[in-house]
Amino acid sequence: MERFLDVAIAGLLLGGLYALIAMGMSLQYGVARVFNIAHGEFIMLGAMTTWTLYTVFNISPLVAVVICGPLAFVLGFIIHRTMFRKLQSLSANQGVFESNSMLASFGLMFVIQNIAFLAWGPEIRTYNYLMETVSIGGALFGARRLVTLGFAIAIGVIFYIFLARTRIGKAIRAAGQDPSTAGLMGVNINWVLALCFGLGAAMAGIAGVLISMSYPDSANMGQEYLTVAIIVVVLGGLGSIPGSFIGGFLLGIIGSIVSFYEPGLNMAAYYAIFVILLLVRPRGIMGR
Amino acid sequence: MEDLMVIINLLALVYLGWFVDWTLKQNKSKIWLFSGLALIMLAILSTLPNYGPTYSYIMMSGILMYLILTVSWTLFSGPTGYISLAPAAFFGVGIYTSAILGKDFPVLVVVIFGGLLSVVLAAIVGALTLRLKGIYFIVFTFGLVLLISSVLLWYEIRFTGTRGRFITTANNDLIYYVMLGITVLMFITSYFLKRSKYGLALQSIGQNEEAAAHMGINVTAVKIAVFSISAIFMGMAGAIMAMKWIYLDPYSAFDPFRSFLPVLMAIFGGMKQFYGPVLGAVILAFLEEKLLTEFPYYYKLSFGIVLILVIIYLPDGLVGLGQKVRAWFSRGKIALT
Repeated sequence: MERFLDVAIAGLLLGGLYALIAMGMSLQYGVARVFNIAHGEFIMLGAMTTWTLYTVFNISPLVAVVICGPLAFVLGFIIHRTMFRKLQSLSANQGVFESNSMLASFGLMFVIQNIAFLAWGPEIRTYNYLMETVSIGGALFGARRLVTLGFAIAIGVIFYIFLARTRIGKAIRAAGQDPSTAGLMGVNINWVLALCFGLGAAMAGIAGVLISMSYPDSANMGQEYLTVAIIVVVLGGLGSIPGSFIGGFLLGIIGSIVSFYEPGLNMAAYYAIFVILLLVRPRGIMGR
Repeated sequence: MEDLMVIINLLALVYLGWFVDWTLKQNKSKIWLFSGLALIMLAILSTLPNYGPTYSYIMMSGILMYLILTVSWTLFSGPTGYISLAPAAFFGVGIYTSAILGKDFPVLVVVIFGGLLSVVLAAIVGALTLRLKGIYFIVFTFGLVLLISSVLLWYEIRFTGTRGRFITTANNDLIYYVMLGITVLMFITSYFLKRSKYGLALQSIGQNEEAAAHMGINVTAVKIAVFSISAIFMGMAGAIMAMKWIYLDPYSAFDPFRSFLPVLMAIFGGMKQFYGPVLGAVILAFLEEKLLTEFPYYYKLSFGIVLILVIIYLPDGLVGLGQKVRAWFSRGKIALT
């Protein structure tokens, strides 16, 4: 029983992180229709910036959340307003835009990743912060990982309320359903799409800050988190934000169960789930 | 000097690509001139190890690898618009075939076997997934590469206790000849595919799949067949390329980067003509061979910027740009194709 609790809590801790990463990507695909391959690079930017802030300027990673989130938002917003906006105006239809924007985000991935390599070098960076452990039901967990889980849940809930209750949230949902009709209804569609892309980037940036607290960072860490994000997004249903939230926790728990029985197989298990899911139920858990 | 030789050989390759386009035209003039030139180009390419330094044909083998990946990727994905990120999987299957069989069998047998295994994988993947559309197909093929590599890694560590394996290497000139052979085979196959009814069927699938099905095209069969054909060259290239390396592990054999590069190279060259991807692959692979080791980050950074610019401003790639420039100079006397 105790062991079961161990595995479940470890899964939740991992899942919170996955959920946060995937929600951002899901928002970008679900509304802005950009399957953002560069998503992992925003995570990397968040993590590396936090490392610099902490080791050079001695700014706590919890403060870095407030710095990196808005910075990533601005970056994402500008990228959407310039690059993807231009691409959208040139694409004949949604299908063409989806594949073109995905390919353009490949380019973006190269750009961000290599700027990071030039800025931070290829070394793996770590720092120690909040090393205390907390005991839950007899099992010990790092406090920083609980903080991560707390942030993931808080952001998920706040974001859900934002979407469900506010006027802008309503505009975002409308844009997600049908951008051109939403535009006709008086939604400033270009602004909303850029907003969603920026919010997705901000979530990635914050996820990066939280990741850097518990895991080592380097300029090429992005790909690993990108693949997790893609798997969770597909698991939850492409473009469904609640689906990504649930899917993140589900995958975290699956991962922790698999690594309990067969360490080293969890990545393979993720991909296997992913591949089987696409064959059997490509719509995912909550897909339309 | 060596670079000059490589560049001459690359131009020969681009000419051969253009020659395939030319032979597909309806009314041809100067048949003897162009065919004769093609034979000369082929002769230049096939005698490179006799007159060039070792370095030149080692470099050419690397460029040919990208050329094969790009052109065979375009064979299926160009006309249909299905963006496959599976090249690394087919290439990796070839590499592993080579690693396992390389000790006991002659090179040609290994290469052919690598190609056939890739075909088997492609046929299975095609049958399972080609009903997935758009983004689903893209992410599936992407996941497939990672699935294979992580399962292999787990298997190696768990059951053999080691990670990676050593490979029996082959001579550099032999690798070059086999690479060139695969390239020529691929060009000939592309030619026959494009002039057959299957080439047309593939194009109509790309334009409107449902309409194509209503016209009486067996959409699924055509897609699976061409997808498998395109995989054979990737598998063969992987099998021979592996013999250049000494050691490999699942991550280096199934590097997802090899799935992305062909896509980017094909887009860069332009996919409307056969020689577009050839041109894109030749230019980018040459630059990669020259710049990647010296300025890796600046190279990849500018690569990303160029890619974004090409997607936004040159949807038909370099070939499209060339046509626009020609149309501008002739002031509308020739039509854009």
